[in-house]
Amino acid sequence: MRLTVNGEEHELHSPPLTSLLAALREELDITSPKAGCNQGGCGACTVLVDGEARRSCLVPLAAIDGASITTVEGLGAVDDLSAVQAAFDEHYAAQCGFCTSGFVMAATALIDRKPKAGREEILEALSGHVCRCTGYVKIVAAVEAAAKGDVHPEQVEPSFEPEEAEVLIPGSPA
Amino acid sequence: MTSTSLEAAHLVVPTSRDEAVKAFGDGSDVTVFGGGTILMPEINYGRLKPARVLMLGSAELSGIGSNGSGLTIGAMTTVAELEDAPEPLGSAARNVADHEVRAQATLGGNLCAPSGGGTPRGDLQAALIALAATVTTAGKDGERSELVEDFIAAGADGRLVLEVELHEPKRSGYAAARRPHAHAYTILAVCAAETSEGVRVGISGAGANALRARHVEDAFSGGASVEDAAQKVVDDAQPHDDALASAWYRQRLLPVLVRRALDDLGGSQ
Repeated sequence: MRLTVNGEEHELHSPPLTSLLAALREELDITSPKAGCNQGGCGACTVLVDGEARRSCLVPLAAIDGASITTVEGLGAVDDLSAVQAAFDEHYAAQCGFCTSGFVMAATALIDRKPKAGREEILEALSGHVCRCTGYVKIVAAVEAAAKGDVHPEQVEPSFEPEEAEVLIPGSPA
Repeated sequence: MTSTSLEAAHLVVPTSRDEAVKAFGDGSDVTVFGGGTILMPEINYGRLKPARVLMLGSAELSGIGSNGSGLTIGAMTTVAELEDAPEPLGSAARNVADHEVRAQATLGGNLCAPSGGGTPRGDLQAALIALAATVTTAGKDGERSELVEDFIAAGADGRLVLEVELHEPKRSGYAAARRPHAHAYTILAVCAAETSEGVRVGISGAGANALRARHVEDAFSGGASVEDAAQKVVDDAQPHDDALASAWYRQRLLPVLVRRALDDLGGSQ
């Protein structure tokens, strides 16, 4: 079983009915897709399969041999965010954060297929990702901004420097 | 028949309709894998460990074809592809889950969907009943075509759904209870269509599978008012309790939705 994940080719050895989600997280150590419900209901595992948003927990490896997969790791880097990522940062669109990867991938796919998506289309496209925190207002505002191209990635201050990763929460094990 | 691990699953990947029919045989020891939206949760949670799996993704069973007077829709056509299908099928398709799930779920899976945790699934069934659609399946005694309601009554066991055929109705109507979340199953939905044989009404959410509201149809075609015909639905359906709604609530909501669907039918004349 072969997959191209974020531009890199991989030979996978998980059994063919393994979900793409499990293969990404457990075999390839790509952890932005979250295992929320494992039954297609929460949206947190959404990735792009050949450019289209899919629930990675509902896709077995056997159905996508040779496909190209994009996860949040493949969208941008800390100092080079994609438009949707930058919009999420500008609009402070994270809630508890567990759903964020799925929202970002669904929004990326929406803007790709409908570059001028309006508010109704955005609400519809994000509807399967709504869980139970807050009101989603900032997420919708971020996606509206990204759809309009009203994003300013150059103003985003990287708040996390990879080389400073040694700074841990006080009291946590080293 | 189950095996002990996912490693042991034997996958069969037919590349044509004929190969799929042959590999399915009488269906006795095969798990049919269409879009995966129903099977993958079962596999992910270890509740299903299939021994022999028929993967239909390359079997050339998807797509919508026009044959002059009607449409032929392959079993592997996705729910997303049906969003623009003739009404009320289009409305029923748009009312299923969200964009990503609709892009993966298939017509065939929807027709064979067992109830989930006591809640009926298979939203497209009511629309197909209203449209007097026929379904072609393969199995032990070869291929056969029958009305969707007859297929549902007989059960999907031992049958491989190949395609559905339908005709654009003269008029159509649709009414559904609003879903609390994109991923909530439909509480109740009512589909109505005027076919060449008169007005037909299908209901989702009032039984393990969709059902045909014959008492409503008879009253309506006999000249009853929309209001009176809609009340007859209590003779067609015996709603149940589940996590979404009580039987009490469904019993009261159902005539309202039937009335709205029949009104909608009038409006599209």
